[in-house]
Amino acid sequence: MLNIIWLALIVISIVVAAINGRMEVINQAAFEGAKTGVTVCFGLLSILAFWMGLMRIAEKSGLLELLARALSPIISLLFPDVPKGHPAIGYILSNMSANLLGLGNAATPMGLKAMEELQKLNANKQVASPAMCTLLAINTASITIIPTTMIAIRMQYGSVNPVEIVGTTLLSSFGATIVALLIDRWYRYRHSRRHR
Amino acid sequence: MYQWVSLISLWAIPITIAFVLLYGWRKQVPVYETFVDGAKGGLTTTIRILPHLIAMMVAVTMFRESGALELLLKMIRPALDFLHFPEELVPLALLRPLTGTGSLAIATDLIAQYGPDSFLGRLAATMQGSTDTTLYVLTVYFGAVGIRNSSYALKVGLWSDLAGVIFSLLIVTYVFS
Repeated sequence: MLNIIWLALIVISIVVAAINGRMEVINQAAFEGAKTGVTVCFGLLSILAFWMGLMRIAEKSGLLELLARALSPIISLLFPDVPKGHPAIGYILSNMSANLLGLGNAATPMGLKAMEELQKLNANKQVASPAMCTLLAINTASITIIPTTMIAIRMQYGSVNPVEIVGTTLLSSFGATIVALLIDRWYRYRHSRRHR
Repeated sequence: MYQWVSLISLWAIPITIAFVLLYGWRKQVPVYETFVDGAKGGLTTTIRILPHLIAMMVAVTMFRESGALELLLKMIRPALDFLHFPEELVPLALLRPLTGTGSLAIATDLIAQYGPDSFLGRLAATMQGSTDTTLYVLTVYFGAVGIRNSSYALKVGLWSDLAGVIFSLLIVTYVFS
């Protein structure tokens, strides 16, 4: 799937640029894009290193396990194939709570650690497991309590009440999360039937 | 309400940091060494993600700059008119799954152009807040653990982005008009 999308994006871009006679744009865009990739990645490095360092302390002190045990009923409902008390649960939970607070950047390292733990449980290391797909679904729809960035931008442009979008964002992201989980369930069901 | 929310945003991270450190210290974890050891993991993860991110950014930038995005917008215009979806927000809805910084730029531009308290401004902010950069999340998360076949994850992600866009339109229309 990703193969086809990637290929299509590039081939279509080149064809369109050729028709429009804007080939020089493609040259520039390719290098510009690569540069953005590096910039974004190094932006991630500082945040990743910091949160992963902190998370290691939470892991070693047993804090993650404590959190995981307290909230395990919800997790075992969402991730039926992750064994109880598995370290993945702690990371999934911290990923979810960072997302809830709109701390997008802090959520990524926790999500990555959760993925690593889920990969250990994965039978086929090349193919995403159903649990990994569920984690991704939660991340892309992600309920947001405080859309921090948007509030900041609204303040910058002189909004009378910058936080009035908190309610609408909460409601619509909640709706999107429910839909995401339902669709995930449906695909998971089809997937498990095909691979039995 | 506003003061309460900004107070939480301000305090959430410092409290988390202090709590984790103090809890670790009480449990006799060597906090400094453990932190450094964990941070090292951040470095290896970044290096693993880098090639994936470069590949995706190149494709997305080319698609936008070549005019292909514009063309796509023109093609789906009849469907938008049918759904009463505001045309101004189409680039945002389409780019949201592809690029976080790109869609943030568009949302900011819409807010600057129409005002933060206009219908379009509110809708742009809500939409940006309730969807996510699916392709980026997928690239980073699966890239980091070496998954090549994303199974059905992309489909679920894109459907949920669409759900976020539709819910935003419905809820903002209902609440603010």
